[in-house]
Amino acid sequence: MIAELGRAALWLAAALAILQLVAGALALTAKGSALAGAVRPVAVVQGLLALTAFGCLLYVFAVTDLSVKLVAMNSHSMKPLVFKVAGAWGNHEGSMLLWVTVMGMAGGFVALVERRLPEPTMLATLAGQAFVSLGFYAFLLLASNPFERLSPVPAEGNGLNPLLQDLGLAFHPPTLYLGYVGLSIAFSFAIGALVTREVGPAFARAMRPWVLGAWIFLTLGITAGSYWAYYELGWGGWWFWDPVENASLMPWLAATALLHSASVLAARNALRAWTIMLGVVAFSMSMIGTFLVRSGILTSVHAFAVDPQRGSFILVLLAIYIGGALLLFGLRAATVTEGERFALVSREGALVFNNVMLTAILGIVLFGTLYPLVAEAMGAKVSVGPPYFNPMGALFAVPMLVVLAIGPLLRWRQDSFGRIGRNLVIPAMLAVAATVVAFAIGGIALLPFLGLVLAVALAWASVLPLRGRNLRRTPLPTWGMVVAHFGVAVSLFGMSSESAFSVEKLVAIRVGEVAEVGPWGVKLDTIEPVAGPNWTALEGRLLVRYGPDGKVTRLLPQSRSFWAPPQQTSESALLTRWNGQLYAVLGGEAPGPDGQDRWQLRLWWKPFVPLIWAGGILIALGGVLALIGRVAADLKRIVARGKIAYRRERQGR
Amino acid sequence: MAPAAPLKAKHQRLVLLAIALVVLIGAALLAAWALRNQASYFYVPSEIVAHPPAADRGVRLGGMVERGSLKTAADGVTIDFVVQDGKARVPVTFKGIVPSLFVEGSGVVAEGHMGPGGTFVADNLLAKHDENYVPREMQDMTRDQAKQVVAETQ
Repeated sequence: MIAELGRAALWLAAALAILQLVAGALALTAKGSALAGAVRPVAVVQGLLALTAFGCLLYVFAVTDLSVKLVAMNSHSMKPLVFKVAGAWGNHEGSMLLWVTVMGMAGGFVALVERRLPEPTMLATLAGQAFVSLGFYAFLLLASNPFERLSPVPAEGNGLNPLLQDLGLAFHPPTLYLGYVGLSIAFSFAIGALVTREVGPAFARAMRPWVLGAWIFLTLGITAGSYWAYYELGWGGWWFWDPVENASLMPWLAATALLHSASVLAARNALRAWTIMLGVVAFSMSMIGTFLVRSGILTSVHAFAVDPQRGSFILVLLAIYIGGALLLFGLRAATVTEGERFALVSREGALVFNNVMLTAILGIVLFGTLYPLVAEAMGAKVSVGPPYFNPMGALFAVPMLVVLAIGPLLRWRQDSFGRIGRNLVIPAMLAVAATVVAFAIGGIALLPFLGLVLAVALAWASVLPLRGRNLRRTPLPTWGMVVAHFGVAVSLFGMSSESAFSVEKLVAIRVGEVAEVGPWGVKLDTIEPVAGPNWTALEGRLLVRYGPDGKVTRLLPQSRSFWAPPQQTSESALLTRWNGQLYAVLGGEAPGPDGQDRWQLRLWWKPFVPLIWAGGILIALGGVLALIGRVAADLKRIVARGKIAYRRERQGR
Repeated sequence: MAPAAPLKAKHQRLVLLAIALVVLIGAALLAAWALRNQASYFYVPSEIVAHPPAADRGVRLGGMVERGSLKTAADGVTIDFVVQDGKARVPVTFKGIVPSLFVEGSGVVAEGHMGPGGTFVADNLLAKHDENYVPREMQDMTRDQAKQVVAETQ
C-alpha cells in the first residue's frame, strides 16, 4: 500500500513537472502570460510530492517490507535500524529517487523564496529546472522503478554490502547529492538568464547563495567520503583517484570556479559569458558523475547498476541536457554583451587566473577519468591512477595556490604589486624557512615538499586580508573567504605531511610481542572473538605507547565477517594525537616457523593527517559564513525597501 | 616589480579567451601525453609472458590463483603464488594483508610491475568481493576463461 502511494506520488510529480515546463515556457510569450501565476505553486507541490515518494521508500525500508523488490534485494531484517534507513539510498533506484527528491525540493524552494530577479527570468529558470527533473523522473519511472513488487515474497532479504554498513554512509551520499543537485539550480539560472538575456550583477547575486549552498554540501560530502574511505577500506590512503571520487571532485572544481567568477560578476559586472558557461559546466559535471557511477561501467563499491539499458538512458539524458545547454549557450553567448574591463594585475585578474587553473585541473581529471572508457572502446584495458593525476594536477594547482596567496590582497580593477609587496614579505620568509627545514629533514619527494612550503606561506597570507580592518565590522563574506583559504592551507599541510612523513610497518607477531612504528610501540595483547548484530569478528587488543615513556592506550582493530551477504571487512582502529594518527589494521593468521601462530598487523603512523579533513571542514565553514553574510545582507535590503515603501505610503506620496 | 600597464586592448574579452584556450589546450595535450605514459594496462598471464612490459611501468595482471601454489614466506607477511589463465603461468610476490576472498582457485587482479626474473611484484591485490561487486576485468575473464581455467586447474 505504502509502496503504491510512493509510486503514485512519483507519477504525479512527473506530471506536475510537465505542467511546470509547459506553463513556464508559455508564460514567457505574450499570449500565455496568464499562466505565470501557476508556475511557482506547481514547483512547490512537485517538490513535496517527490518528498512524499521518498518518505514512502524510507518507510518500506524501515519496516523491511520484503514484498518490495528493492528492499528484498538490498536489506535484511537483522540490520540495525539506521542502516535499514540508510540502505534506502545505498542502491541504484533509491539513490536516483533521492536525486529527484533533492532536485524537486530545491526547485520548490527557489520558487518559494527567490524574488530578486525579473519574473520572466524566474519563469525560464523554473521551466529549465522542470525540464531537467523530467528526464530523471522518466528514468526513474520507466527504467528503474524503486517501488516494484516481488511475488512470491521472499523469507529474507539479501542484505547490504557490509562496506556500506557504516555511519559515514548514512550521511555521505545525501550530502553529496544535495551538492550535486543543488548545482542544477545554477544550471537552471544560467538557462533562464540565457533565454531572457538578463546577465548582470543582479543575476550573479541571485545565483550566488544557491551555488554557495551546493558547494558547501559538496565540500562536506567529499571530506566525509574521503574520511570514510580512509578508515573503512583499511588501505591507509585517503584519496584513491577512484572514478567515483573524481566524479564528486569534478563538480566541486567547477563549482569553486563558478563561485569565484560569480563574485566578479556580482561586484564588477565582468566575466558574464564565462559565468554562464561555468553554471552549465558545473551541473554537467554532476550529471557526468551520475552517469559514471550509475551506469555500471565503472568498477567500484559505488557502481550499483550493471544494466546497460540504464547506462544508455542516462547517456541520452546527458546528451540532451548538456548538448542542449551548450547549443543555447553557443546561440546566445554572442548577444551577452562584454562586461567591464580590468587590468591584468587586479582582483579580477587573479580570479580569472584561478578560474583558468581550476578549469585546467577539471580537464585533467575529466580526461583521466574518461580515458579508460575510451581505451576500452578501442580494445585496451587500462586504468589511470596517481602517477598521472598527482603530477598533472599539481602542475596547475601549484600556480593557483601561489596566486591564492596574493589575489585577495589586490584591489578591484587595477592594482600594482608594489603596493602589496610589503605584505608578502613574511609569507615569503616563511616559505624560505619551510624550505630550509624540509631540506634539513631530507628525503621528501618534490610534490609533498612543494605542498609543505606552500601551505606554510599560504596559512599566513590567507589571514592578511583582515589586517588593518576593524574585525567587528569586517563583513561576514570576507571572514568566510579568509576561513576557507586558511582551510586550503590546513588541508594542504595535512596532505603533504601525510605523503612526506608517513611510516608504515607490516609485521606478523605473536601475542605478547611488540612492534615499533615511528615513535610508537605496539604490543599485541590478546586476540578474541566478538559478535555484533549481523557479524562476528576477531578483535585484536593492542596496547600502544607513544615514545618510551608515554601513556599506554588500548586500540581494538577487528576483522569482521558479515553473514548477509557473506563478506569480510577490516575495521581499522585509529588513535588521534594532536600531531597525527596511529592507524592499525588486523590481518589474518600466519603460521610461524615453529608452528606457533602469528597475527598479521599493518600499522601506520601518519603525522598531521587529520588536518586534511579539518581543512575540508574549515573550507565548508568559510562557505557557511559567506552564505550567512550574503543572505543576511539580502534580507536587510528587503526589510529596508519595505520600510521605505511603507513611509512613502504613510506620507501619502 | 614594475606596475603592469592596464590592458588597453579593445578586445579584452578576446585576449582573455585566447589565454584561456591556450592554457586549456595545453592542459589537454599534456594530459594526453601523460596518459599514454602513465596509464596502467591490464594483462592476462599469456599476454604478459608474450610481451612483458617495461620493469618500471605499472600494470595490472588478472587471472586465477593456481591451486597449491600459495606459499607464505618466513616473515609471515610476504606471500608467493602463481597466477595463470590456462595458457601461461606467472609467479607473483606480494607483501601485505591479503583480501579475505583471496584463495587458491579463485580470480585475482594484481596491481604492480614486472620484477627481475619474470616475477610479478604486486603492490595491491583485488579479489572478488562478492557476487555484486566484481572487478570488471574479472567479470569478463570469468565469462571467457574462468570455466576453462577452473576445469584445467582442478
